[in-house]
Amino acid sequence: MTVEAFLPRDTTALALDADEVAAALLDAGVQLTRNGSRGAFWLEPLLEVKVNGERIAFGPVTVEDIPGLLDSLAAEPADHPRYLGPVEAIPWLAGQQRLTFQRAGLGDPLCLDTYRSLGGFAGLEQALAMSSRQIVQEVKGSGLRGRGGAAFPAGIKWQTVLDTEADQKYVVCNADEGDSGTFADRLLMEADPYQLIEGMAIAGLAVGATRGYVYLRSEYPLAAEVLVAAIERAREAAYLGQDILGSGRAFDITLRIGAGAYICGEETSLLDSLEGKRGMVRVKPPLPAVEGLFGKPTLVHNVLTLAAASTVLAEGAAGYQELGTGRSRGTLTLQLAGNIRHGGLVEVPFGVTLRQLLEDFGGGSLSGRPIRAVQVGGPLGAYLPESQWDMPMDYEAFAEIGAMLGHGGVVVFDDSVDMAQQARFAMEFCALESCGKCTPCRIGSTRGVEVIDRIVNGERRDENLILLEDLCVTMEQGSLCAMGGLTPNPVRSALAYFGEDFG
Amino acid sequence: MSAQPSSKSVIAIIERWKDEPGGLLPLFHDVQAALGYVPPESLSEIAGALNLSRAEVHGVLSFYHDFRTAPAGRHTVQICQAEACQAVGARALAQRATELLGTEFGSTSDDGGVTLEPVYCLGNCACGPSVRVDNRVHGRVDSERLEALLAACRQREEP
Repeated sequence: MTVEAFLPRDTTALALDADEVAAALLDAGVQLTRNGSRGAFWLEPLLEVKVNGERIAFGPVTVEDIPGLLDSLAAEPADHPRYLGPVEAIPWLAGQQRLTFQRAGLGDPLCLDTYRSLGGFAGLEQALAMSSRQIVQEVKGSGLRGRGGAAFPAGIKWQTVLDTEADQKYVVCNADEGDSGTFADRLLMEADPYQLIEGMAIAGLAVGATRGYVYLRSEYPLAAEVLVAAIERAREAAYLGQDILGSGRAFDITLRIGAGAYICGEETSLLDSLEGKRGMVRVKPPLPAVEGLFGKPTLVHNVLTLAAASTVLAEGAAGYQELGTGRSRGTLTLQLAGNIRHGGLVEVPFGVTLRQLLEDFGGGSLSGRPIRAVQVGGPLGAYLPESQWDMPMDYEAFAEIGAMLGHGGVVVFDDSVDMAQQARFAMEFCALESCGKCTPCRIGSTRGVEVIDRIVNGERRDENLILLEDLCVTMEQGSLCAMGGLTPNPVRSALAYFGEDFG
Repeated sequence: MSAQPSSKSVIAIIERWKDEPGGLLPLFHDVQAALGYVPPESLSEIAGALNLSRAEVHGVLSFYHDFRTAPAGRHTVQICQAEACQAVGARALAQRATELLGTEFGSTSDDGGVTLEPVYCLGNCACGPSVRVDNRVHGRVDSERLEALLAACRQREEP
């Protein structure tokens, strides 16, 4: 009897030798589908085998496991040491509420039939039957907020682009996911690329844009490969192009690859980069929604925001609204990373606490040592000690304590971390990646490294602490964009909560 | 360095992108993919074709970490130095790599085999430390695995 199996082909699975495992499975005559990952990265390579119509999981599997594992299928699969039971019953996955990542890992990411059979393109079909104004209304009603980090209400942006008259408008997808500890955009593009394509097409119809760009970071070569193929197939099937599904309406997507500049994740710098220039931050206003790419009205959104638009249209604004807490509606995609046992993508309604995330999902540190600090929201996010882990995770609650959810990255450090070194790194990274346009960021970051060194070395400590705070205020208030403006977050929180590390 | 600018491949790449709005980045990517680097001698030609000044073209080239103006080693090894990998020992791993190769970040080993670079996030943050060897990302790389990866780079070079 032929064995039917699924083995992910995403960056993390491949980084843990999934291709070698796949080769062993194919050699053994297994009928193998390379699916996208479900984001349970701690279990990768996560092999799923169909047994009596149910997908049974084994993980993490190695090449050496394969012969014994295949033998166990004929006897008693549950006896195999890598046996995890039915994949959807794995508590780590069953405890999530997936919307954006509902399809991730179910099938071949590039198969259009699979995407359609799982509800794909329902949102686009809805949108084609609506006027631009109606689509924008739906997005407004959903309460969707930008998922890139700033959490700006998406509907307002859509309305602005729609209301601005121009001979050409653009939709730009910010896929320059540079924050350490984040991989949600990458997973979505690798595991469910059509959702992004669908969301972008909906956005184009809504704001009157016929051209879209995806600006993808160069550190994601596999995502690039998947997107190129997905765009091509979507075009062949008339989901993109001059005449979308016979509607007479046009929208097409061009993929552009970045070149290793963190700052290009900032939307105006990204636009300059797309225009073939240095990725320099622009002064706002004018907002990109009014004067964006090539000076035209441009809707710029993160991957997850655009993808969510397809869910909003498919499910309706009301359905989307029902999830979440306060003004944070829908689901939150968190990414558990760093020194954590069970790392991966966790999609839950807003309001989960950091402690639930670290303990229930994360299972404690990877090293087995106590967790000491957690950086939430990427390199520009605050380091939080245990006293702050019981706060609900939503935009407003985090803002109240000078922290941010950002793009949802959660990086865990055990008690071996030197927090002065982490604070110094925040300044170093800012110095390395600053576009250089504004002085507080360009010069302040270098001065910040020096001042922190002096504090740690005990040189006129009290005076230098005052100087560092003064520098943080200058960077926060005087920088053009979030790079210089938020770098004080990790520095100040490290000092406030872990002051004993600073000499 | 011999003058590469008028090589057929560069001319064809310039032709491919010169009229594309925002075409300078993809142009540089293509030149680097073809030659392994962007020869400084080619900048005047690129500037002329795109109706830009040489200074503007140089400014763009030098802004981005990815572009290089001299050939790299036969293999490029990038070690992630961002927070999620720091939390699982990336700093020590970087130190080990410099010892094994006898070179610093940003340089190439004396035998020309391996260029060592820092990278800030490969998107494999749940399973770090992450190391990219040419176009392949490796996860959970400890000191032993790193040694094996570097040894494999050396082995692939032997005729």
